[in-house]
Amino acid sequence: MLGLNTRDFKLFILVCVLALAAPFLLNPFPTASALGESFNAGYPALMQRFVIFGILVIGFNILFGLTGFLSFGHAAFLGVGSFAAVWMFKLLSYNVVPAIILSVIVAGIFSVVIGYVALRRSGIYFSILTLAFAQMMYSIAFSDLAGKMMGFTLTNGETGLQVYNDDPQILMGPDSPTTPHFFGLEMNSQFTWDIGGWSFVFQNGYYFSALFLIAAFYLSIRIFRSPMGLMLRAIKSNQTRMSYTGINTKPYMLAAFVISGMYAGLAGGLLAAMDPLTGAERMFWTASGEIVVMAILGGVGTLIGPVLGAGIIKYLENIVSKINDSILHQWFAIMPDWLDNVLVTIIHPFIGKGWHLTLGLLFMAVVIFLPGGLVQGGEKIGELFRRKKTDDAADGAKTPAE
Amino acid sequence: MSKSNFSRRGVLKTGAIAGAGLALPTYLSAASHTGYTNAPTGSTVKFGFNVPQTGPYAEEGLDELRAQELAVEHINGMGDGGLLNTFSEKNLQGDGILGKKVEFVTGDTQTKSDVARASAQSMIQKDGCVMINGGSSSGVAIAVQGLCQDAGVIFMAGLTHSNDTTGKDKKANGFRHFFNGYMSGAALGPVLEKEYGNERQAYHLTADYTWGWTQQESIAASTEALGWTTTQNVLTPVGAGDFSSYIAPILNSGADTLILNHYGGDMVNSLTQAIQFGLKDKQVNGKDFTIIVPLYSELMAAGAGSNIQGVFGSMNWNWQLQDAGTKAFTKSFGEKYGFPPSGAAHTCYVQTLLYADAVTRAGTFNPCGVAEALEDFDFDGMGNGPTSYRGSDHQCFKDVLVMKGADNPTNAFDTLEIVEVTPRAQVEYPVDHPMFAGGDLGACNPGA
Repeated sequence: MLGLNTRDFKLFILVCVLALAAPFLLNPFPTASALGESFNAGYPALMQRFVIFGILVIGFNILFGLTGFLSFGHAAFLGVGSFAAVWMFKLLSYNVVPAIILSVIVAGIFSVVIGYVALRRSGIYFSILTLAFAQMMYSIAFSDLAGKMMGFTLTNGETGLQVYNDDPQILMGPDSPTTPHFFGLEMNSQFTWDIGGWSFVFQNGYYFSALFLIAAFYLSIRIFRSPMGLMLRAIKSNQTRMSYTGINTKPYMLAAFVISGMYAGLAGGLLAAMDPLTGAERMFWTASGEIVVMAILGGVGTLIGPVLGAGIIKYLENIVSKINDSILHQWFAIMPDWLDNVLVTIIHPFIGKGWHLTLGLLFMAVVIFLPGGLVQGGEKIGELFRRKKTDDAADGAKTPAE
Repeated sequence: MSKSNFSRRGVLKTGAIAGAGLALPTYLSAASHTGYTNAPTGSTVKFGFNVPQTGPYAEEGLDELRAQELAVEHINGMGDGGLLNTFSEKNLQGDGILGKKVEFVTGDTQTKSDVARASAQSMIQKDGCVMINGGSSSGVAIAVQGLCQDAGVIFMAGLTHSNDTTGKDKKANGFRHFFNGYMSGAALGPVLEKEYGNERQAYHLTADYTWGWTQQESIAASTEALGWTTTQNVLTPVGAGDFSSYIAPILNSGADTLILNHYGGDMVNSLTQAIQFGLKDKQVNGKDFTIIVPLYSELMAAGAGSNIQGVFGSMNWNWQLQDAGTKAFTKSFGEKYGFPPSGAAHTCYVQTLLYADAVTRAGTFNPCGVAEALEDFDFDGMGNGPTSYRGSDHQCFKDVLVMKGADNPTNAFDTLEIVEVTPRAQVEYPVDHPMFAGGDLGACNPGA
């Protein structure tokens, strides 16, 4: 259906269900319970980040997963997307449509320029070039160099760009909403459904982003399965041989780079649409590194891996980093005091501001035991149950989808 | 290769499903209005303490957290009551706020706006906080203040010293007890004139963000009014760690005064490196080279050790003051943690109490009621003398301390000495002062 083969269609339906039912899936525990207070992740701000970073890494995967070119500066496109969107809010109105369109276009333009230069080299040199460009853009945004040269505030440096009451906003009518909205549908308005001990929040902004995630995922499947996807994979396996057979690989590479840059721009625009403020720190190299880690953690070159990777990292960042010692003491309250203290001492380095340590260990474990990322882990578990008919299953997995 | 099988039926079906999906949120958004965001329903009410626990301002952030915890204890009737005993308002009885016990959640801002906003959003959306308190970087404070305005909760700013927080970025839901760059400049001016005369060449190193910019502007304006000249202003990135490449050029610039618009770990590093370069022992233009740190804190003084001897700066509050409020707060903080509180701790503690008191006076947690109770509110007994919250920009006005690094400190905590308590009248400014102009408070937002 929808031009997908059965396997891809199942995957697509899975992503749709995950995205649309997220408020239920991420709130498995009653709100007031100790587990719920610590582990529930179903609040709008975090769910938005799940899907937006999902979009970002899906786009990154089109470049890195298919062609094997490791861009280490993808956060820069996210950043310019956000800046473009906030400027649209400042100049036109809080309607998110022009903001998102412009953020995709601006990120596309930047990626054409950077891609044109960086793609002249491959391997580590390509990575370093993208990193250099991204850091340059970060520095320019952080010191607002471009703005200073033109004589106005373009990025507002460290403080970040936000919308002020005295901005032009020429399309704003007297009754227009004063928060980002989709033709009147305000992003931050929500509906809370309290049932039993649970409370599920359905927010417009989240569902708006989730629809983009679904569209982005669908487009990514189509690209993976298209002749162009095949060409990109061929470049990954041997670019030199491709050139010798007389194919000019450059346009394909550049197209992949620009598409993934536009995905990043879309993610940046959505971030700004959910929360109309942006800063240069979004473009810092650690943010680019995070994208790479997300892709590898989930599974490079797989369709659903990027979404999983983005989700896990954002979960650790927002949930594990908020657990502190007093919460741990609550969990272990039933145990004898000495045991409680020993357990808290052992767990202490891995929670709160130590969440990076937890992430690092998880990352190491994945890279060592599951080089194909979490998707490979899922496949291994799947194989355990399907061992009987190995021949069919193994064949089915390996045959190209065409 | 690619198979296209868009049948008319398929397109219609997909379109109908997508349309229903798009329309669903419209239908849902009509429901649920409780009057204001996170109205507390049970027997408790939750505060969010959003401070940097990692990064260059971590020391200040952790001390703020200690004070916030202490404030919650006092509001809930534990401990000795601290400043509640000396506060001029007597509405808080130690039984929580409006009969509700106070609980709190904490978050780490990492001194980054995006992280701070994510953390504040989780406090508001997940934990149901009615008030966010914290800061330790003006960039972060301004970002979080904007978020609280949109979400409809009160933001009680902690340590934020930029003019913009209550200037061009002021918000109706945000309140600042701490002083600002303009007040530092106004207080330091006369003392510097007395100490160093009217002919000085000042070289500024400035942290490159809103706080650094506005403080530099304020200090330059007040020193230039004395007749000093500003040789150069160099912007340095926050959290740079190594400042030697910025300090070396000072030696040949002809300047005889270095003004460090740095804070926290940055100030400790830049001051220590300036002294390692021998700046303090130099003679320029026939005068001893001097260093000025306009915004001081005890934690920075402790970090910089003997390097701060004789260095002038300003503070919002210091534990060595002799009034009843200061003594009460220093005693209860000291008994709990074993050392005196910093100025950052004091301002967060006071802000939490002021919020609690405003709620009891307003009789509601509704941000609009609380804001009204805080606007043009006069109080005393919080360690700063008579203080008032100006309604037109939500800035507190009170005395400012001019400090100096002590020449002979006797222990680790009296490394700073109070030179002068600058009276409030001298640091006041009109709300439309050019350094604060361009902002718009807007209307209070109760959210939901």
